[in-house]
Amino acid sequence: MSVVSTANNSLAIRIENLSRHYRMGEALIRAVDGISMQIASGEFVALLGTSGSGKSSLLNLIAGLDHPTSGTVVVKENDLAKFSREELAKYRLHTVGMVFQSFNLIPSMTLLENVELPLRFAEVDRNKRKSLAREALQRVGLIARLRHRPAELSGGEQQRASLARALINQPQFLLADEPTGNLDSQTGTEIMNFIREFNHAFGMTIIMVTHERALAERYASRMIFLADGKLVGDQPNVISATVGQIRGGGL
Amino acid sequence: MKTYDIAELAVRNLRESILRNSLTTVGISVGVASLVAMLSLGIGLQQLAGRRLQKSGLFDTVVVTSRRDLRGFNREQEENGPAPADSPTLNESARQKIAQLPDVLEAYPDIRFITELRYQDRPYLTMVAGLPFSAKNNDAFDGMQGSFFSSDTAPEVILQKSFAAQLLGKTPKTGGEEASVTELAKPLLGKQLTMRYAERTATPEAEINNSSGASQSAGTAYSVLSREATLTIVGVSDLDPDSMRGQARARVFLPLKLAQNLHVMQPSDLRDTTNLTGGTPAYTTVEVHVKSPTQVQPVEDAIKKMGFNTFSIVDATRSLRQFFAVLDLFLGIFGSLALAVASIGIVNTLVMAILERRREIGIMKAIGASDGDVKGLFFAEAGVMGVFGGFVGVALGWIIGRVINLGTNVYLKRQHFPPEQIWFVPWWLVLGAIAFAIVVSLLSGLYPASRAARLDPVQALRYE
Repeated sequence: MSVVSTANNSLAIRIENLSRHYRMGEALIRAVDGISMQIASGEFVALLGTSGSGKSSLLNLIAGLDHPTSGTVVVKENDLAKFSREELAKYRLHTVGMVFQSFNLIPSMTLLENVELPLRFAEVDRNKRKSLAREALQRVGLIARLRHRPAELSGGEQQRASLARALINQPQFLLADEPTGNLDSQTGTEIMNFIREFNHAFGMTIIMVTHERALAERYASRMIFLADGKLVGDQPNVISATVGQIRGGGL
Repeated sequence: MKTYDIAELAVRNLRESILRNSLTTVGISVGVASLVAMLSLGIGLQQLAGRRLQKSGLFDTVVVTSRRDLRGFNREQEENGPAPADSPTLNESARQKIAQLPDVLEAYPDIRFITELRYQDRPYLTMVAGLPFSAKNNDAFDGMQGSFFSSDTAPEVILQKSFAAQLLGKTPKTGGEEASVTELAKPLLGKQLTMRYAERTATPEAEINNSSGASQSAGTAYSVLSREATLTIVGVSDLDPDSMRGQARARVFLPLKLAQNLHVMQPSDLRDTTNLTGGTPAYTTVEVHVKSPTQVQPVEDAIKKMGFNTFSIVDATRSLRQFFAVLDLFLGIFGSLALAVASIGIVNTLVMAILERRREIGIMKAIGASDGDVKGLFFAEAGVMGVFGGFVGVALGWIIGRVINLGTNVYLKRQHFPPEQIWFVPWWLVLGAIAFAIVVSLLSGLYPASRAARLDPVQALRYE
């Protein structure tokens, strides 16, 4: 409880009556159906639910990759619905970082180029770009793999590279969509430890989509349950908080 | 994204599917090449025709005749304006006035007479004409052996090829090959000719009158003396004596000033006696050289206003230019068709690339690429293909034109024609073709680029 309360110092994301419907043939799919919630700065939120529950759709709406059918996502006093496409791109570039289940590195580029890519979009100077990307790759332990292409790396290494890419522009939010879904449990743990470190060390707000309750219980500070596009449960994670406290006390 | 980054990414993306993009670029190259080859041939042919016409000297020349001479080229003119009897005489002062008109390079009298020339004690009767010194710079005498007159009054002659053959006793066989100018020139250059001619001299009273500046009624009295002049052969020309060019309608040429100073009896002198026009002798015709064919019409109008008859073939140039404009247009259209096909290739390649790189576009958007970044990237890829295609295409077109030129010359040689440059690639065509290739490529890239930009990242990233 204490972790939640200390983290809840300022409101980061406010979601109000958010819906995302789309048509698939005759049927109207309510991927997100009237969800309201608030996320504070520094929280580690797990979005839980079975496949088709709308958790990824919700994440995409928060990421500004998708437009809601109705309702609003307000991030740091900014209503995403009022953003132009250009402003949304800037938001994705500077405010959020994303990691995906399938890593989504660009196969034709080396790791260095992949990590450097958001800096290109941000029009960062060439030399600065290279050193920042190196630094980021060093932080995730891939300094020896700069010139490799994603296909030459293991899944864990690829996910670490994609973490480095997500964090290169120093975003306030890390949005992770099943980040360990394609990894064995050991590499999954490795990745999750990195994510937790970003949360603890930099106070970065994490929103992670997962269908593994155990994973959420182990790392998240708060668990939100979705089913059929609706919010069906929202609870602080006592176990993780305790682990955190023990760790904090242990150190 | 910065422009340099976009270009860099575009090039590396193109290198990723090198085969497909190379083939597309080759498509553009072929289009550009056909455009360049077609137009360079069109321009080459135009220049060839232009050179020929320039040599003929027809299109920048106005022939001026007096209305007193009823044999004007154009009957219609004589219905308007003053009656032939009242119109001015075409004499030295008229020539000077014409020479001072704007855009007139020179105006010189046409002096020609039939006379006897002796070479190695054998007489030859032929047409002799005065040749203005300015003809030296004229490419009409490009094919000449020997040299041009050393001065405008030098006692020298240039012989026409067939007259040279006649002097040497080499009459060309019909259908057979003519002797070359070089062959004819060798034994003749530097040799002497004796010209016998009839000089028109003013009677003493007339001379006094002229020198005192009063030149009214005295000029009609003159006497005719038989004279001889020794002339050195300095050149043998390959001008066609039957061409319409005024200068060429003679077989022996003298420097014009020399011809004038000789005061040879002119056919018009006889008419003067009957017409009783005073003053200096009148010319039959004055040839006026205009700066360019486009200025022929205004000069002609100005001379007509002075009361003379004029003649030029300016209309013929116009229709010829029209013909070449149409030819160039058609050649350009054929060339552009190839480029149009190539542009469809670009559209196809890029649309395929979008399908293939859907996920990549989705990733880029998810990590913060704007619509503009994605659009710029695809646009740049089209542009880079255009640049490469343009350069390679121009080189290819240049080679194709050269090969066609070479082939044509082999053919011409077999048909016993001299080789000709029928192909010409001007700088504006090189630059224009490259620019055109880039513009066409960019236009082709417009649709794929905006389609890529509009791609929904959620759809693009959906797990397969």
